[in-house]
Amino acid sequence: MLAGKPECIATQYTSSNTHREGKTLEMDYQTPTSAEDAAGLLSKDGAHVLAGGTDLLVKLRAGMVAPKLVVDLKDVPRLRGIENDSQGWRVGAATPCAEIGEHAAFAAAWPGVVESLELIGSTQIQGRATLGGNLCNASPAADTVPALIAAGAVCEVVGVKGQREVPVEQIVTAPGQNSLARGEFVLGFRLPNPPARAGDAYLRFIPRTEMDIAVVGAGVALALDAKGVCTHARVGLGAVAPTPLLVGDGAKALIGTKVDGGALKALAAAASAACNPIDDKRGTVAYRIKVAGVLARRAAGIAYERATSRK
Amino acid sequence: MTKHHVETTVNGNEVEFLCATEQTLLDVLRDELYLTGSKEGCSSGDCGACSVMLDGRLVCACLVLGVEAQGRKVETIEGMASGDTLHPLQQTFLEHAALQCGICTPGILVAAKALLERNADPSETEVRFWLAGNLCRCTGYDKIVRAVLDTAAQMRGATSKSGKAAKKAVTEGA
Ligand code: FES
Ligand code: FES
Repeated sequence: MLAGKPECIATQYTSSNTHREGKTLEMDYQTPTSAEDAAGLLSKDGAHVLAGGTDLLVKLRAGMVAPKLVVDLKDVPRLRGIENDSQGWRVGAATPCAEIGEHAAFAAAWPGVVESLELIGSTQIQGRATLGGNLCNASPAADTVPALIAAGAVCEVVGVKGQREVPVEQIVTAPGQNSLARGEFVLGFRLPNPPARAGDAYLRFIPRTEMDIAVVGAGVALALDAKGVCTHARVGLGAVAPTPLLVGDGAKALIGTKVDGGALKALAAAASAACNPIDDKRGTVAYRIKVAGVLARRAAGIAYERATSRK
Repeated sequence: MTKHHVETTVNGNEVEFLCATEQTLLDVLRDELYLTGSKEGCSSGDCGACSVMLDGRLVCACLVLGVEAQGRKVETIEGMASGDTLHPLQQTFLEHAALQCGICTPGILVAAKALLERNADPSETEVRFWLAGNLCRCTGYDKIVRAVLDTAAQMRGATSKSGKAAKKAVTEGA
């Protein structure tokens, strides 16, 4: 680690030539071209994954991490790109968010997921940031995670022992911690093809209009039958607990209803009840609990509108 | 450990450089290639002063490793004017006095150019949201936003009048 090695701290402010003398900062960089090679490299001591770099480079500069090896995943096949077939959607985990937002058919299928990724940082950040990075960085306030949870997204997790499928809500275990074993990484995300009369939405509250971290984020996905009765719902919340949440009681409040005032009120109560937030400069515990209910209700309203207007 | 040998294209020129893993693309542009137009405001992706295009995509050069540029296409503020002819955005920024200290200006120009290439007729709101990641501590943004909107209008005029004469009038007269 950098701590206690003043010569390394100093290299942050000096030229690249002096960099070469700070021994512990020497980092290797590899671009594996297969998932097996990537998993093998990531199993090594001191290896750190690089996708879009929007979190890693900030941590490197701040001295919060000092990897021996940076494993750039972007050359691994199928880590980039968006595919669709009768089984559903597949989004490569290292596809830049801007690229996902520009995919018209994906944006039409999952508008709430696209809303969430278009709230990450700035235009410049979205040019690099990825879904895999946003998830595995494991911030409780990551914008795409509640939307992906609501969408029922499943991660393809690859490691030296092969591949396994993990629902998005099982990845983050604590702030900054995820359930991936050493050497594992997320290869892609699978989302279903939304049925007829389905819709999703994501809303985030921040004190200004852009460039901030969620005080609360709420994602809702739902589907209706021909009579307008809700047959399926999933509710995700962010920034109101140590991890993003799947709110089962929120879904129960909607399923079997016509998503009317009473159902939305019950959803808001369930969302507020699921919160276990902290006080910080962005919001108090009481405020976050209240806003979580409001945003869940409003997101459900938008998802419902989308479901009824979809052909 | 030896440095990485990187071959890339910057503003249409093939270049090569040596860099350590921890050097960012911004470090490389400024310290190895002496292209000091891209500025370092924060080095954490917050200010946009280092904005460049990487394979046609607007990014913060401070959040890209220099080694990641291998085989890719980088465009910086230095490539924006053609010879002595300023890009319409550059010219209009001068006319609107849309800069004061100028630290944010290269990044804002690169970002605004990327916007106009994908949206020839942005609304004021679209300009403000697109440039939300470019901080300016001097101007209060208003002149910047007006200059971008004015340039967009000029460039639309130039293309819709189709003839070369109209285009010329805009570049010269603007
Ligand atoms: S220096 Fe890159 S965003 Fe500020
Ligand atoms: S002109 Fe000084 S920061 Fe923008």
